[in-house]
Amino acid sequence: MSKKVLDALKAKFGDAIEATDDQHGDETAFVKRDKLREIATWLRDDKAMAFDAPVFATCVDLLDWRPVSIPHTPSTNTRPEYDGAGPRFEVCWQLRSTTHRHRIRIKVRVTEADPKVASLTPLWIGFDWQERETFDMYGIRFDGHPDLRRIYLYDEFVGYPLRKDYPKEKRQPLVRRPDLVGDH
Amino acid sequence: MADLKTLVVGRKDAVDLDVEQELPHELMTVNMGPSHPAMHGTVRIVLTVDGERIVKGDVQPGYLHRCFEKESEYATYTQVFPYTDRLNYVSPMINNVGWAMTIEKLLGITKQLPRRAEYVRVIVSEVSRITDHLTCVGASAMELGAFTPFLYFLKCREWLYTLLEEVSGARLTHSYVRVGGVSKDLPVGWTDKLLARLDEITAVMVEVEAMLNQNKIFRDRMAGIGALDREACIKWGQTGPIARAAGLDYDVRKDYPYSVYPELEFDVPVGTTGDCLDRYLVRIEEIKQSMRILRQAVAQLPDGPVMIDDPRVALPPKTDAYNTIESMIRHFKHIVDGIRVPAGETYAFVEGGNGELGFYVVADGTGRPYKAYVRSPSFVHLSTASTIIKDHLIADVVPIFGMINMIGGECDK
Repeated sequence: MSKKVLDALKAKFGDAIEATDDQHGDETAFVKRDKLREIATWLRDDKAMAFDAPVFATCVDLLDWRPVSIPHTPSTNTRPEYDGAGPRFEVCWQLRSTTHRHRIRIKVRVTEADPKVASLTPLWIGFDWQERETFDMYGIRFDGHPDLRRIYLYDEFVGYPLRKDYPKEKRQPLVRRPDLVGDH
Repeated sequence: MADLKTLVVGRKDAVDLDVEQELPHELMTVNMGPSHPAMHGTVRIVLTVDGERIVKGDVQPGYLHRCFEKESEYATYTQVFPYTDRLNYVSPMINNVGWAMTIEKLLGITKQLPRRAEYVRVIVSEVSRITDHLTCVGASAMELGAFTPFLYFLKCREWLYTLLEEVSGARLTHSYVRVGGVSKDLPVGWTDKLLARLDEITAVMVEVEAMLNQNKIFRDRMAGIGALDREACIKWGQTGPIARAAGLDYDVRKDYPYSVYPELEFDVPVGTTGDCLDRYLVRIEEIKQSMRILRQAVAQLPDGPVMIDDPRVALPPKTDAYNTIESMIRHFKHIVDGIRVPAGETYAFVEGGNGELGFYVVADGTGRPYKAYVRSPSFVHLSTASTIIKDHLIADVVPIFGMINMIGGECDK
């Protein structure tokens, strides 16, 4: 069922789908950044796809990605090692269809220098807080998000805590800066 | 003889009482929480009000953010279990099961678990679901002034916590489930105690329903309040009792069956209006369905081991660990290095107390997760709060918030 989604995506969008993956039965499509909104709209509106419900949005920071292979255990890894130059972040959105029950994860790779990607909140309102959380934790800028503010942390917080280069033990005092509120 | 004006205002030269004094029209900002009893001490709502009517509400979570995801990246896969206990702390067993299932999916051993382990997981999960719903309903009733149901339900919850404590050793933070099974078998005679308690809880439920279901105050405060229709539930990504109250028939146990749920018979209650009253009724019915599952699961509980026989994930038996060097080394490597999970990624989900509880884990072949993300239903549900409290009165925030059943630990991670 779900493999059908990936095939249909490839047939419909061709080059805009950079790669696909179905490890552990989780269908994943890497899409080109500037085609994201178009593909997402089609996934939502096409009758055979009908991905009407958002599940989650998050991001993977590949900075320390050095996969280790385990002897006698087949690896399902499809990510190359991070070389320090290519796209550092994988922003992912998981969608679910209430009619067909299939799911898909769409991913967009972005670089550290330009961590910008189109927001899917205008298509699925449920991504509102999820994208705010991803912004809060990874510093991904979602273009077109209606209210992109930090959600768990305070506006004065410096840095993005779930990035791999943010030390776990780092502490920051909270110094109130009213001029910062709601503005980044 | 003093006239009315003297009596009321205390002075004769006051502005004539016949002239109506208008209230100012400006909007007012009111902070509700974080230290408000109904906000569980973990959420702040900045309300813009026009009199008593809410014009805008900005819900701000994060007061209980404990960096679950960052901490998990530095813990072995087994060490994450105590962290998951602290997500939804009124149904920790379900979180344990969700995490274990995610790692088992990455390891490819989902289908190889001993059947007894699967049944034990279902039993403890359903007990947890009952404790979750009892807390939610009891606390919400209390916040509306009905104190007796709260005490009755908390008494029931304590019975179940005592049972779970007998199983796991801890009243609240059980850390009972392990990758590949559960940490220890159920104590002898435990299932009989459980069945006896279920009968007692059934009796208490009759009393509490008699107090609440047709109670005019309770119905007036709940019916028609905070409604979210089916379409809105879909596009907001709502799951669990909130979605079901709106008629969206979605239950992970039925739609994406896992564990031994296909072998158990139960119904998924759905509502029609999606308001607070339907959310309450759905939860009450789910408690009954969970009890139905428990009675079947106890009757069908097979014998056998509760841990997978796979040296990659299971600790060696204690007698071996103390008596043979190989098992000693294996035990040591298991504890220090953790279970080595092949590189890859997956998302696995279960029906939590509040809805779809999922973990998205990226593994890099070491004993620690490269990334662990939790799709916490409370967070998703709370995101609708700003929208649904609009145009309600300040007093309505309390039942709306209660029926969203925001659990601070889960929402704030």
